Amino acid sequence: MAQAGTAGTEQYNYDIVRKFTIMALVWGLLGMSAGVYIASELAWPFLNFDIPEITFGRLRPVHTTLVIFGFGGSALFATSYYVVQRTCQVRLYSDWLPTFTFWGWQTAVALGALSYMFGITQGREYAEFEWPIDLLITVTWVAYFWVYVQTLRRRSQPHIYVANWFYLAFILATAILHIFNNLAVPVGLFSLKSYSLFSGVQDAMTQWWYGHNAVGFFLTAAFLGMMYYFVPKQAGRPVYSYRLSIVHFWALSFLYMWVGGHHLHWTALPDWTSTLAATFSIMLLLPSWGGMINGIMTLSGAWEKLRTDPVMLFLITALSFYGMSTFEGPLMSLKSVNALSHYTDWTVGHVHSGALGWVAMVSMGSFYHLIPRLYDTRMYSTRLIYVHFWLATIGILLYITAMWVAGIFQGLMLRSFDEYGNLAYTFVETVAFLHEPYVVRALGGAFFVAGVVVMAYNVMMTVRRSRIEVAQLEAKLAAKMARA
Amino acid sequence: MIKHESIETNAGLLIILTLIVISIGGLVEIVPLFFINETVEEVEGVRPYSALELRGRDIYQREGCYLCHSQMIRPFRDEWLRYGHYSLAAESKYDHPFQWGSKRTGPDLARVGGKYSNEWHVAHLVNPRDVVPQSIMPNYPWLLETELDFSDVQDRMRALKKTGVPYSETQRELQRNVDEFGVEVAARLDILRAEENLMQQALDNNYDGQRARITEMDALVAYLQVLGTMVDFTQYEEGYFTEFR
Repeated sequence: MAQAGTAGTEQYNYDIVRKFTIMALVWGLLGMSAGVYIASELAWPFLNFDIPEITFGRLRPVHTTLVIFGFGGSALFATSYYVVQRTCQVRLYSDWLPTFTFWGWQTAVALGALSYMFGITQGREYAEFEWPIDLLITVTWVAYFWVYVQTLRRRSQPHIYVANWFYLAFILATAILHIFNNLAVPVGLFSLKSYSLFSGVQDAMTQWWYGHNAVGFFLTAAFLGMMYYFVPKQAGRPVYSYRLSIVHFWALSFLYMWVGGHHLHWTALPDWTSTLAATFSIMLLLPSWGGMINGIMTLSGAWEKLRTDPVMLFLITALSFYGMSTFEGPLMSLKSVNALSHYTDWTVGHVHSGALGWVAMVSMGSFYHLIPRLYDTRMYSTRLIYVHFWLATIGILLYITAMWVAGIFQGLMLRSFDEYGNLAYTFVETVAFLHEPYVVRALGGAFFVAGVVVMAYNVMMTVRRSRIEVAQLEAKLAAKMARA
Repeated sequence: MIKHESIETNAGLLIILTLIVISIGGLVEIVPLFFINETVEEVEGVRPYSALELRGRDIYQREGCYLCHSQMIRPFRDEWLRYGHYSLAAESKYDHPFQWGSKRTGPDLARVGGKYSNEWHVAHLVNPRDVVPQSIMPNYPWLLETELDFSDVQDRMRALKKTGVPYSETQRELQRNVDEFGVEVAARLDILRAEENLMQQALDNNYDGQRARITEMDALVAYLQVLGTMVDFTQYEEGYFTEFR
């Protein structure tokens, strides 16, 4: 490929960043569309069409895997490779090893999604990959860790910038979680079926220790790393408080690992464990808000950028949603609230205010900063960034509002009694009630996907323009050379 | 007191300290669950799944049923009325992986066993709206049409045995199961007789209503019908289980 920023590509490895960025958009589009489809299946069950591969139960892991590991994972690889090079002022370690992480990761995501459609799954939420794919992920992850550490070691700056602490914690924690949650005994060397090593209560606790820290480290710590680079860069101002970043980094890393048990309140998990998990969940509010405050206050003194810069709008809105969902989370981890919210769509709404509002918005904001630099040009259309922003924001609001209504009302209906002390509603009556919220939720999702389509078009045109610019430059240069 | 600067200028130190900090939570909360005896209640009746039930459970997992149905009844009055006695840890001690679930788009299934007839389950799985008009569950007609593949059921039981489920292969293991579960159940946990047992159970109960064939429907309904039925709660005094919580 003709390289636009020749100086940049020699100094830094941008090629790998471009690859991961493009794949993040591809998986994002596919995964979020899958999300809209399964949301529609819940509103209109005929959409399952009696085709095994696309029934809700098989397609839901496809949705979560594509958005978390495909979109989120690729966005993290892309930005971490970019940030570590820029902040260490050194080229990424090795050329082939990062390329290996690219193909390893993309293959794992693609195989995972396909295998679920064919019914091959470990049946562990967000860890459905069967054992051969788990092994591929492990190898890829070790390579990723190695590239990252070797690049850090070659840094020309004495200090390791704060964004890298978060990326590093994410890489380490994900490795530990992945290994311990996927301990399993395969049925045979050539069988794609395995049984988890642990059972019942221990298995449940291990899975949710993993599950919540997939949120904590994969979807939070790492994206905070992203935030710590792209927010100050886009704002053109230093991070608000250096001391705060130290305190909230260590507190966040320590506290997150304790909170998984709040997914198992009132279950057969012993009370001591879930009480401990709830306690730490409340404490976690502090470091979470530490990160939010540090990000938002970085803009202090430059608030007018919110009026003039749509990229800033994405980043600051993302931080606001981060603050909101990290307030909602501790609230839902209280046993009394959880008694109502658990098993309902409130949880689903909570996850999406984090996943769409925080993870996706901060990624997209970062991409709008990153892509012009990767291709040495400007974004094709600023207006389209605004269009994307509003489609996304409206989509998220529709989504989470619908899920609040669905979850809270279903919870209330399920626990209401008539004057004789009998249950006031059967279960299926609550299902019938959910139809309208489900329609609104699917609509919200469709808005969000429409935003991604607009972004994909904008990015495509940007890349195309970059190529034209390079061609023109080369033609000009050739003409000059011919004259000389 | 070390300065934070010494950590941010040393990648190795940063990695080691981070590893320590992120390990503590899991160590404190998960490891004791394997060693504290009260974690799993002492209760009679819980046994590993028979070969047919096990294949049914595999299908339950394959179709992603756990994404919409929990198997974990909480100790609340409405759940008591709707589903029955709250779930015990002991009831899922042979569940690899656990199927507690996280979302109830449909009702809890922890005690669905024996609640409906086999015919109801078959009709419901083929087209849920035939029996529950407002249901939003997908149809699973292929379960009734697909012959059950149980060629590797012994390997599956062996894999589970490695994780600690007491299926038997030797005479000694069989005797241990006889002592623990009685002759009849022990025979069904014998890996060497797995295919034979599976066919016999399907034939005896004819879950799918098709006597000539053993389908995936047979296996799944066999699994659903055993859920929550293993413990006889009338045996235990009120308050017995709270000792473990």
